[in-house]
Parts: sequence; C-alpha cells; structure tokens
Amino acid sequence: MAQEATPLTMISEGKEVILLSVEGGLGLRSRLTAMGLKEGMKFKVLNNHKPGPCIILAGGTRLVLGHGMAQKIFVKKV
Amino acid sequence: MDKKITIALAGNPNSGKTTIFNNLTGMHQHVGNYPGVTVEKIEGALNYKEYEINIVDLPGTYSLSAYTMDEIITRNFLLEKKIDVVIDIIDTSNLERNLYLATQLMELGIPLILAFNMYDLAKKGNFSIDKNKLSELLGMPIVFTIAPKQKGMNELLDNVIDLIEGKIKFNKITVSYGREIDEEIEKINNILRKDASLIEKYPIQWLAIKLLEGDKKVFEEIKSIAQFHELFAQVQASIQHLQGIFGDAPEAVIADRRYGFISGACSEALKKTYEVRHTISDKIDKVLVNKILGLPILFTLMWLVFKATFAISAPFMAVIEKAQGYLSNLVSGFFSQGSVIQSLVTDGIIGGVGSVLVFVPIIFMLFLAMALLEDSGYMARAAFIMDNFMHKIGLHGRSFIPMLLGFSCNVPAIIATRTIEDKRDRFVTILVNPFMSCGARLPIYTLLIGAFFSQKMAGNVLFSIYILGIAVAAIMAKIFRKHVFKGEATAFVMELPPYRIPTIKGLLTHTWERGSVYLKKAGTVIVLASIVVWFLSSFPRAPMQNQTVAENLEKSYIAKAGKAVAPVFKPLGFGDWKIATGLIGGVFAKEIVVSTLGTLYSTEENSRGLRSALRDAKRTDGNKLFTPLVAYSMMIFVLLYIPCMATIAIIKRETKSWFWAGFAAVYTTAVAWLVSFIIYQGGRLLGLG
Repeated sequence: MAQEATPLTMISEGKEVILLSVEGGLGLRSRLTAMGLKEGMKFKVLNNHKPGPCIILAGGTRLVLGHGMAQKIFVKKV
Repeated sequence: MDKKITIALAGNPNSGKTTIFNNLTGMHQHVGNYPGVTVEKIEGALNYKEYEINIVDLPGTYSLSAYTMDEIITRNFLLEKKIDVVIDIIDTSNLERNLYLATQLMELGIPLILAFNMYDLAKKGNFSIDKNKLSELLGMPIVFTIAPKQKGMNELLDNVIDLIEGKIKFNKITVSYGREIDEEIEKINNILRKDASLIEKYPIQWLAIKLLEGDKKVFEEIKSIAQFHELFAQVQASIQHLQGIFGDAPEAVIADRRYGFISGACSEALKKTYEVRHTISDKIDKVLVNKILGLPILFTLMWLVFKATFAISAPFMAVIEKAQGYLSNLVSGFFSQGSVIQSLVTDGIIGGVGSVLVFVPIIFMLFLAMALLEDSGYMARAAFIMDNFMHKIGLHGRSFIPMLLGFSCNVPAIIATRTIEDKRDRFVTILVNPFMSCGARLPIYTLLIGAFFSQKMAGNVLFSIYILGIAVAAIMAKIFRKHVFKGEATAFVMELPPYRIPTIKGLLTHTWERGSVYLKKAGTVIVLASIVVWFLSSFPRAPMQNQTVAENLEKSYIAKAGKAVAPVFKPLGFGDWKIATGLIGGVFAKEIVVSTLGTLYSTEENSRGLRSALRDAKRTDGNKLFTPLVAYSMMIFVLLYIPCMATIAIIKRETKSWFWAGFAAVYTTAVAWLVSFIIYQGGRLLGLG
C-alpha cells in the first residue's frame, strides 16, 4: 500500500478517493457492494459534514453515508 | 376463459416500479422521489389479450441478501410464490449497479424481463445502448420504458406473454464464478440435493451461492434439514478453502465476478460510457445540504410550509364555515321546530361533521406541501442534514424520513420504518412517531389558534407546536436508546436521488390520495361519532319544561361522563367537561375532538361559529374558560397524548407486540399530561394567563 488508509470522514469536499476497505462485518460490506460501492473503486466526496455524514458519488450513484458509516470506510487519496 | 398468470415487479429502490405498476393496473399507489416509498408488496390485476394478469409490486431491493424488513418481504415473495415472470425495473442512468440485482434474479431461475426505465434521461447523458446485443449477452428480453410518459408498457406485456407462450426463449445464462468457486458450489449442491423438500422450495444453485456468501438468514431457514451438520461443515470448509485461495471472503469474490460479468456485457453493448449526470442536482445541493446553511434552510422550509398552509387556506375555510351555517339554517326549516330529528340533523350531524369539514382546505394544503417535499427529492436530503442531530439522540438520519412523513399521518409513517435495518432503531422510531403531529390534529390547532391568537401569530404558534413535538420525540428517543433499547447507534447508508421537478398531476394525486382519507373519515367515522355524541348529549331528555337547552345538556349522559374525567385536566387549565369529552373522543380519531365540540357547542349556540362559542365559553365560576395559555396547553396535550386507534393498531402490527402498542398509548398520555402541566403552571407563574 503506497499510501496510508484515511477514514472517509477526514476527506474534504470535492476530493476524489479510492475505497480501500470497509470495517464492520460482511453484512455492511455486501450492502455497500450491492449499492454500487466496491473496494478499489474511485469515487468523489461531494459533501462532508465532518465528523458526520458524507455524500459521495460512486459511478452514477449518489450515496448518503451516515455518521457511523463514514467512519468505517477507509480510503486513499488519488 | 382467460388464462391466469402472475408477474412481479422487482428492482432497486426509487427505480420507478410503482409508477409502472400504476400505469399497468390503473391504480394510484403512492410514489415519491426517495428510496423506500414502497415497503409492502402491493397487488393489482389487469386483463391483456387472453390473459388475466395478476401483478405484484415489490419493495425495492439492492440485492437478494436481504438486509432490511422490506427487502426480506421481496426475497421471501420471490422464493415462495409461484411467479410466471419477473420484470426487473432498471434505472438506466445507473445501469451497472441496477444490473447487480438482475444477476441474482437470474439465479432464481424465474423468467426475467429487464425494463430499462427512464431511458430518456439516460440518453440525455450521451449514452446509447445496443439493446439486441445486450439482450443476447444477458439472455433475456430488454424493453425501454419511460414510466411517467407511459411509454413501453404494452411492449412489456407483449414480452411477458411471448415468454409464457415460448415465442421468446429465456436463456438461462449463469454468471461464471470461476473454476474454484464453481467447484465448491457443486460440492454444496450435492449435499443440498439429498433433501427433497429443499429442491421443492429453493432454486438449489441460488441456495448454494447464498450459503457461500454466508447469508445468516438462509442458514436459519434451512436449519431443520437432516443433513444440516454435514452441510454446515462443507460450507465452512468451502469458505476457508476459498479464503485461502483469494485472500478475501468468497462473498467479496462472488460480488466481483457479478460486476465483472456485468461490465463485460456492458462494454460490448454500450456505445458510449456515460458521463456523470445530474450536475444541476449537485449545484442545488451545494446550497441545500451545505454544512452551515443546511439546517437553517430545512427549518425555514418547514416554517414556510406552516405559514403558507395557514395563509392560503384561510379564505377557503371562511367560505365553508359560512356555507355550513347557511345549510344548518336551511335544513332545520325542513323539520318541525324543536323536534328530535331536527336536533339530530342540525346539531348532531351538521354541527359535528361540518366542524371537521371546515378544515379540509388547510389539510389539503399541508398534504400538498408534503407531496412537494416527497416528489422533489428533498426528503432524502433532510435525512442527510439531520443525521448528526439524529446521531446525538441515538438514531440516524434514516429515521428522520418516517418522522417527517408523520406530519401527514402516523400510520404510513410507522409502516415506512421498515427501511430501518436495526430493530432497536426501528422500535424507537416507531415509539416516538406519534409525537409528530399528524394532519388530523391540525383542525384542533386551527380552531384554537383562530379563536385565541392573532392572525399574525397564527403561523408561528402552529410552527412552535410542531417543533415542540419534534423536541419531545428527540428527548424520548434519547431516553429509550439509553435505558430501554440500549446499544450503539448503527451505521446507515442510503441512496440520494437526483432532484426532479414534481409534476402537477403527481402533486395533485398525492394530495388527493391522502386528503380523500380525511374526507372519507368525515363521511363515516365522524358521522357515526357525531350521532353517538349527539345522542349521549340529548338524553335523558327532560320533559318539555321551561328548561333551557344548556340546562338539559348539563344533565345528559355525556355530561356525567365528562364531569367524571374533567378533574384530571384541571391542573392543565382545561378542566371542563365538554373539553374532556372531546379529548376522550379523540382516542378513536383526532378529528372527533373537534366534531364533538362542534356538536356540544352547537346545541347551545345554534348557528354560531364554533370559534366564537369557544371564545364565550365560561367556567363554573363565571370566568372565561379559555385564555391563550389554556388554549396552548390544550393544543400541546392534543399533540402529545394517546395516538388514535389506527396508529395503535399499526404499532401492534409492526412491533408484533401488544405490549409496545399499550406502552405507546400509556406513555404518550403521561408525557402529554406532564408537558401540558409544565406549560400551563409555568405560564401562570410567569403571569401569562
């Protein structure tokens, strides 16, 4: 891993990142996959109410990631 | 005889299933622009060619790994019922993600048709699809549809029939998961095939994949089979084996292969890769969900809603009020003066039902405003904006949508909690929902505000009631989360739909579908309640002496009952028997509070408005019954006390427990009494009345 994993909550608005990992069980991970957010995928942070929820744009999908959720998502900057 | 077939509509949330369902069946099921509008399966029927088609609209789901309650409904239905064809509604502008569900539906072995919906929007984004090619690659028919314009509907039905009659073949293409995974699937299949009941009930291939994916619910369901131990050991071994090879859970690898299959097909059949669309939505969101501005804008919007509902509906209400007085005078001329039947019709029915009908304009205005929020796409934004606040009270943003919906009616709002995955979150959201002031409570506020507050203050007073409801809900949620439903707040993820400009037709349909419920109630329950109240207030009828109507009323059955209860409300400022009677009636439906007052006061003050009758109402000591403080205290009590019967029944159904239904009835009333007590006594200490 070239760069350290950063929690999504730390990323500022407008930045593009790559999803490294999702902490918190298979259920959560498969949920995100089904909603179009996969590991290794590039996405853009549209809104970030630090330390709370984020809105991201992944593929054609806009997702709201709630308070607890955004903290479980680790990304690296592009 | 027509041939009977059953088809189901499946697809991601907010992909337009219900709009297509409405188009096909001519029904008017509720649609909206946020995920999770449909949480129950809805059935309808239509006749097409020689077929009688039974059609089922299923709650939206992202995959067949059921996660929330509404998704479980979808999965179980697809597994258990004999369905001839499934139509998977695809949001074309988000093709790959939507096809993910399709790859899983394929494994169920039910003939599948893909409806590429909102094709027009996708086309705008520089995007075109080679339909035949993609159809061939996926092994199933594809139909382009534009649901709001009713385009593609007949073609969909033609394809259904062609599939059934075998004119087009459903090529069962399976996603290749690679040699290693396929081998393990086969090993699991071999064990599964030993049990005949399983083969009967499940598509074996699908079952094996779900087991490899570690789906807990599926494990639960097949626990009782004889070979469970053998099966469990094999699944564990397979998972470990695959984990060793791939360095990742098989589940993740399987998901990758599905997406791989999809992007393989798409890369051949999509003429241009699509660019990210709805940039207008992003621009709007820069402001509307801004970290600093988001919350003030949300509250300003709500304040505007209440201000506008009041202002716009006032003239209409005045007209209806006048008409009611006119009608009452006119009708009473048909009957002999002072007869029982005249009293029943004018005092009982026109007085009772009329007092409820007066509020039709304001209720319709509120429902229109709610429809605007739902159809535009703002609902999901509100969930995002409120997430931090909701987190502080132990819930998350998803719970805010049912709370907002509660402003229309608590019954559908409580059903809407099915989209909340965690049971504790869901129960807390259900239990505090009655504090969200529903439309049926609006007449009581309007009546009292109109009588005791200035026109200028009206909107603000109303707004403060709703805010107080939210505040009490927040405090109670926090308490429940801390002491009853303990545990950490769970994570939430939700899709954010692009903004859409609501259509006039859509808005009117929504307003009508909810408003007509209110009208229907006025024509049924309220008529009945008015007659009952009239009867109880007119009897025992004193012999025709020189007793006044008011004196008669004081001796009626209802006065006796009301007087027994009234002392309970004395510390709250409204220990009057008529009010007490109205509040008891409100247990059945909130409108009955107003209709009861209408009947009771019209006996006394014939043909004069209920508002001025309340203004003149006196206590036993001769002082005026109402001051603005008393009126406010009463409105707060109405806001918070026992939810109506329908709401209690729905709490019972959704929690599957009489305990929680009973609990909701009791604790809300206790909270109502306490808060009203604080407001009234506190207000008096401050010299407010």
